[in-house]
Amino acid sequence: MSLWEYANPVRFIRLTDRLLPPVAVGALVCLVIGLIWGFFFTPDDYRQGSTVKIIYLHVPAALMAINAWLMMLVASLIWIVRRHHVSALAARAAAPVGATMTVIALATGAIWGQPMWGTWWAWDPRLTSFLILFLFYLGYMALWEAIENDDTAADLTSILCLVGSVFALLSRYAVNFWNQGLHQGASLSLDKEENVADVFYLPLLVCIAGFVLLFVALVFLRTQTEIRARRMRALIARERLA
Amino acid sequence: MKALLWRDLALAVRAGGGFGLGLSFFLIVTVMVPFSVGPETARLSVIAPGILWLGALLACLLSLDRIFALDFEDGSLDLLATAPLPLEGIVTVKALAHWLTSALPLVIAAPALGVFLNLPGPGFIWLFLSLLIGTPALSVIGSFGAALTVGLKRGGLLLSLLVLPLYVPTLIFGAEVARRGAEGLAVETPLLMLAGISAGALALLPFASAAVLRVNLR
Amino acid sequence: MMPDLGKYADTVLSAYAVSLVLIAALVALSIWRARRVRSDLEKVELRGKRS
Repeated sequence: MSLWEYANPVRFIRLTDRLLPPVAVGALVCLVIGLIWGFFFTPDDYRQGSTVKIIYLHVPAALMAINAWLMMLVASLIWIVRRHHVSALAARAAAPVGATMTVIALATGAIWGQPMWGTWWAWDPRLTSFLILFLFYLGYMALWEAIENDDTAADLTSILCLVGSVFALLSRYAVNFWNQGLHQGASLSLDKEENVADVFYLPLLVCIAGFVLLFVALVFLRTQTEIRARRMRALIARERLA
Repeated sequence: MKALLWRDLALAVRAGGGFGLGLSFFLIVTVMVPFSVGPETARLSVIAPGILWLGALLACLLSLDRIFALDFEDGSLDLLATAPLPLEGIVTVKALAHWLTSALPLVIAAPALGVFLNLPGPGFIWLFLSLLIGTPALSVIGSFGAALTVGLKRGGLLLSLLVLPLYVPTLIFGAEVARRGAEGLAVETPLLMLAGISAGALALLPFASAAVLRVNLR
Repeated sequence: MMPDLGKYADTVLSAYAVSLVLIAALVALSIWRARRVRSDLEKVELRGKRS
């Protein structure tokens, strides 16, 4: 018995059918507890006022935006090396989730930035690289949609994911460099965990756990959908041949 | 390989299109810029390096789908793939041909267009150099995108969507070299980074493009 | 019950609204598509068994 057993689509569906309810309930419970805790029972920050409450959405969403891409990268590698269809379909299933997380991170960031920095958008390195990440998600999803043959699409998108990861990383450093070149010493970035006090930290952890579980649940569900859609396409193709 | 390069060059020259179209596009974009931002020379000279880089990049993008599409349609790409030449080599030669026919004219034309936008004196040489070093990366990355979308009917728009994010680092460092050069600042760091990206893309991406082509030719 | 959000009430509430709407839309879309594909597949499989 090894992990690769679950590369079999039927086994995967059976496993995720069993895992999906607890994971989904866990996600819901964590999100409800974390967000209510964060929204109603944490004090205001002395500098940011009540806008500090946005952190409970912004940071987990940003984390998941990056981790979703990492998961797609791993899944793509598994597809290239071991040719397990479930893996390629899981990467496909994760992309829209990651893209949504990126949008949430960008939107909450912009809404927070308006009163705090006095602007909706600044070409800060962190913001810019997220925008670029979003473009990568868009391209990746568009390529999946554009190709009819499933195996070809899986191959091409997984290679795009590998190349895209390298270039996304490059862009991160390029953007860092570029912005220093533009505004010297101007640092707009939100101070992250290092100096977040315990009162904010604990509900934040719960929210992060909630987002992770939500991501896992969504990927399970969407992968099942992709597997079924693929099987349906195969069956219909067979009918036409018969 | 040499024969293939000559063939691609001859085809590009005879078909016309490639050369002229990219160059005219570059010219038109440059001419349109003052209409959109106003004719003040001071403002133009500030944005000139960035505009010229962006214009060259877009003009480069315009001719990308021709790298493989024609050969794919008439089947000669299948022949090339079964030829004793490694597919990686073919991809590199194709990218090189694209660079020679589409990007090199842009590089040479860019300083001339810099005059229109009132590019500051020291900027000319750095603009030329940065484009010369950066455009090979654009061609190689573009050929990867072209290989990805070669089998698709309406690949053109998708090609831009896939390739433009990949162009970001090249554009950032290239335009940075040109801008710093124009303002008389030190250019070593972005120039080295730009050269690094070009060299890295040139060394590694042909393998990805060849893998993609193999999938598409399956 | 409602905490005092001070002058940033609009900011905080709109951030929560946007995020929750997006998450809800994503979840709803995933579930809707999962249901549809599942029932479509059952139909196709039944059709295959009958013929």
